[in-house]
Amino acid sequence: MEKLIEQFSLGLFFWQLLLFVVLVLILAKFAWKPILNSVNEREEGIKNALDEAENARIEMQSLNADNERILKEARAERESMLKEAREIKEKVIADAKEEAQVQANKMISQAQEAIESEKKAAMAELKGQVAGLSLDIAEKVVREELSNKDKQLKLVESMLGEATLN
Amino acid sequence: MYKISLVKFLTLLMFSLTFTVNAQHGDNEENHGSAMRPEGDIKTEIKEYIEHHLLDSYDFSLYSYETDEGKHEYVGFPLPVILVDNGLKVFSSSKFHHGETLAEVDGNYYKVYHNKIYKTDAQGTITYDEAHDPTNVKPLDFSITKNVFFIICISLFMIFMFVRMGKSYKNGMPTGFGRFMEPIILYIRDDIAIPNIGKKHYKKYISYLLTVFFFVWIVNLLGLTPVGINVTNNIAVTFALAIITYILTTFTANKNYWKHIFWMPGVPVPMKIILAPIELLGTFIKPFSLMIRLYANITAGHIVLMSIIGLMFIFKNWVGSPLSFALATMLGILELLVAALQAYIFTMLSALYFGSAVEEHDDH
Repeated sequence: MEKLIEQFSLGLFFWQLLLFVVLVLILAKFAWKPILNSVNEREEGIKNALDEAENARIEMQSLNADNERILKEARAERESMLKEAREIKEKVIADAKEEAQVQANKMISQAQEAIESEKKAAMAELKGQVAGLSLDIAEKVVREELSNKDKQLKLVESMLGEATLN
Repeated sequence: MYKISLVKFLTLLMFSLTFTVNAQHGDNEENHGSAMRPEGDIKTEIKEYIEHHLLDSYDFSLYSYETDEGKHEYVGFPLPVILVDNGLKVFSSSKFHHGETLAEVDGNYYKVYHNKIYKTDAQGTITYDEAHDPTNVKPLDFSITKNVFFIICISLFMIFMFVRMGKSYKNGMPTGFGRFMEPIILYIRDDIAIPNIGKKHYKKYISYLLTVFFFVWIVNLLGLTPVGINVTNNIAVTFALAIITYILTTFTANKNYWKHIFWMPGVPVPMKIILAPIELLGTFIKPFSLMIRLYANITAGHIVLMSIIGLMFIFKNWVGSPLSFALATMLGILELLVAALQAYIFTMLSALYFGSAVEEHDDH
């Protein structure tokens, strides 16, 4: 220890302290600062680039997922549209069929009604004509037969018999 | 450049080895006493060399050798000596002639004794007290010594390299040197600063942590080269680094830090009173341990490494010398690891202390 203290040189201490402090200051300003700054910048740059790549990857993934989803939706929509169309078609057919049936029935019943009324009218006319005819016949018969009593009776009888046949 | 120095250094070692062997050989044949170099002499020489290596010096010398005329020749250059002694005295260290002569400046005489400058009279007399310590006046010494010179060189080197690296980031990517350094810088930020200090506060300290890591690492590594100027085995240097950590910790500490020192929450009152001085002492011990750890590790490494290299000259046989050479190589590799490890530990612990200073206790 004594030897150490004896060896200690104040001059060397002074110079070392001075030179070293100056060295630190110079290097700090002209070497360490630019070096560390550009290293930092580079590291930031690398980090940013990596982050961006990661973001792009995620975006890409979400885009892909979107595409997938849209495709799926479109497919489902097409499915449902087709289904709807089919339903409409069937419905239209069914409706048409029903309508036609109703129309046909209506026409048939109208026709039947018309036939019935025509028949009634024809019957009525026929009855009228038969009645007229009968009156005419009866007149003539009466005129001729009134002269002959037997004949008159006979006529009436035959005529009645004819009438009941109707 | 280091390679050439290494070759020179090894040549020098070989040279001194053959010289000793020759001298002993001559001694045996001619029985000439003055050329004798006993075993103990080499040991003291090695010891002195190691001690010399670990010390600071006033000139920058790579190595010295003895010429044929017996004169010491030094390879290197002098550095300025700056003394505060009735005004500022600045002169070249060449005036000391490597400690061999007195330096005369403005009528004052200075002498280097045990690596310190003392003021003496014209004859260079050194007076001693009972403990054999010199009593001469020691002027305040702010000399640019070998270590200071080396610190300046390393600072300039770091400024040059890292500022250039900072400029190479114009396009966001580093080039050349930066590619190698960036992972280390990021390691310090991500694995030392952020986990210990937290994301919120680390920016305040990161400049210091980076600088201290690279400074200690580079200094330790260059200390292992044959140029061999090791700065971190001076306690003054590690003290300066540790005191910066201490000052930063103390002056950026929040309320919580002081509360935990002086009035530890969550313990009974008598405990609080006992803990306060211990915690307060702890704040000094922490940077103190930083200082001692770095200093001791590097110094010990150098002493062991150089001792093992020195063993080669003591063994002087075909078994011992290669063995210590191999051992020295291994140890050299280990020291490379220690150089980085100590830089890491210093940075790590500094970060830990900063972290405790700005920690926010929301949990209690």
